Amino acid sequence: MVDLLTAEVGQPRESVGSPDAVLFSNVQYTWPGSSPFTLSIENFSLGRGEKLLLLGPSGSGKSTFLSLLAGIVVPDKGEIDVLGTNMARLSGAARDRFRVEHFGIIFQMFNLLPYGSLFDNVLLPLRFSPTRRARVLAEGTSDDEAKRLLKALGLDESVIAAAKAASLSVGQQQRVAAARALIGAPQIIVADEPTSALDRNTEGAFLKLLFAQSAEAEASIIMVSHDEGLAQYFDRVVRLDDIAISTRGPRQ
Amino acid sequence: MMIARLAFQSLRNRWVTALLTVLAIAVSVMLLLGVEKVRTGAKQSFADTISGTDLIVGARSGSLNLLLYSVFRIGNATNNVTWKSYQDIAKMPEVSWIVPLSLGDSHHGFRVLGTNTDYFTHYKFRHGQSMTFAAGGPFKDLFDAVIGSDVAEALHYKVGDKIIIAHGVGNISFIEHADKPFRVAGILAKTGTPIDRTVHVSLEAIEAIHIDWQNGAPIPGQSISPDQVRKMDLKPRAITAAMVGLKSKLATFRIQRAINNYEEEPLSAIMPGVALQELWGLIGTAESALSAVSAMVVVTALLGMVTMILTTLNERRREMAILRSVGATPATVLGLLAAEGGLLTLAGVIVGTVGLYVGLYLARPYIDHTYGLSLAIDPPRPDEWLKLGMIVLAGFVAGLLPAIRAYRLSLADGMMVRT
Repeated sequence: MVDLLTAEVGQPRESVGSPDAVLFSNVQYTWPGSSPFTLSIENFSLGRGEKLLLLGPSGSGKSTFLSLLAGIVVPDKGEIDVLGTNMARLSGAARDRFRVEHFGIIFQMFNLLPYGSLFDNVLLPLRFSPTRRARVLAEGTSDDEAKRLLKALGLDESVIAAAKAASLSVGQQQRVAAARALIGAPQIIVADEPTSALDRNTEGAFLKLLFAQSAEAEASIIMVSHDEGLAQYFDRVVRLDDIAISTRGPRQ
Repeated sequence: MMIARLAFQSLRNRWVTALLTVLAIAVSVMLLLGVEKVRTGAKQSFADTISGTDLIVGARSGSLNLLLYSVFRIGNATNNVTWKSYQDIAKMPEVSWIVPLSLGDSHHGFRVLGTNTDYFTHYKFRHGQSMTFAAGGPFKDLFDAVIGSDVAEALHYKVGDKIIIAHGVGNISFIEHADKPFRVAGILAKTGTPIDRTVHVSLEAIEAIHIDWQNGAPIPGQSISPDQVRKMDLKPRAITAAMVGLKSKLATFRIQRAINNYEEEPLSAIMPGVALQELWGLIGTAESALSAVSAMVVVTALLGMVTMILTTLNERRREMAILRSVGATPATVLGLLAAEGGLLTLAGVIVGTVGLYVGLYLARPYIDHTYGLSLAIDPPRPDEWLKLGMIVLAGFVAGLLPAIRAYRLSLADGMMVRT
């Protein structure tokens, strides 16, 4: 934690209050509906610059956890503090804005708008986030930065020039998605099983490149997966079952 | 701006369905505007059936009846006008010209009109246009006939052909004036009026073919040959109606009243323009029906568009989730789909309007020639602009329907599509 804090000094960020990037305390959330699913998390934290693997089998509440983390839903009880901001206090539109300003998100698959070019897809967050746009433009043009990230994530120049995102392989698509998550250096990268569609070799290469770039941007990474084999790449491994209680069934 | 760009890109990605939707809307817009054009064109053509004539005089009857049989050759006169009354009217100082009309015979379903050569100069249609001859000229001989273009076309007649006139106005007539055949002396150019469907002969000819007739049948045992009839007095005893032109339009009401109050015979004088208006009022309900149908077609096209957007919605949930993950609010998603509906409709309206004018430009000569319908190529009138605007607005609102559904899905899904 300490060296992470000192790392912050190099490039000061706007919120320096808490040493944690994310802090869940006494959070409880129930999906509305006839068969509600409730997730309770007493305590969870993600350090700044930390690489954390959250393990849990499918159906254990990973999606709910990510929805809470990214501010898609707000907890019924408790607080979720992200970079010193209590997410529950923000309005819906403000949370949407907050999300793009501070989060880079990579899905399991189908990450890209099929009709957009690679550049369209990578630059998408910049259209919604003035902060990230400003950060990119401070260094040069957004196209240059997109190109740099795509190359750094292992995409050939010839592939980058190919217009349509739909024509890429799954592995290539995930690299483009990673570039989109990283562009403009958001503080937290959230990845939802981004390598589940990749083979072992590609997976390792992909994660190494992803981590190299996120370290350069001094971002924290939280990855959700059911694959324990990934543990070797991370600073810390947390099992969802250890921090969360999930109940399923009719509302009492 | 960005929303419009994304909506556009997304549409381009689904261009086949999008194109079909645009086409459906375009066709419906073409229909809507086209019906409007045909409607105004038909109304104009109708009003243009007769012009330059100030009064039509006939035996006393309703104005519609008189208009129908004298101008449109529909129905029959209730009574005749005596030759004396005709001459009395002709002698009125305010009367500039008068043309007699004598109806009652037919040729293969086409009405035969007995008149004089003044008819060809004084009968005007479509903003005062005069008749012209496509072939031949006005009748000179007693047994000459001038036929309208539809008659010539339908029966394949040319100048010089012999025709036989039937007694009565039925399509199939059993009694013919077979002993006195006519020669086609002239064929009139297309006018788009009932003239096209008329066989014109001289008033004397009408008299001549009926000279050996009585009570609507040949007098048995008495037959007068064409050569004999030429030597006889063929002064008409009665006519069916007359067209009157006045020296001054200001006198119209006075002369009309004078004729209506004519003491020796009950007569009616009508102003063709007024009677035409009255008639259009009667048949005008059909035009409203047409407008209603075309409006329904527009609604159908918009419904088709909503269906199209709705069906693609499910496969686009992923797209929505991606947009949400990069900070798009559900409102952006809503705007995206509403913009899509608006864009599609706008494109449809533009394509439809342009298509209509191109079609109008290409088809106009044909329509004019075939149906005698002159369609004006003028820019959309204010009420048409309003209609077009309303369609775009309706498209936008219709687009809100799937948009609201997407909004809900987007709220529920967030970034994670749980299918």
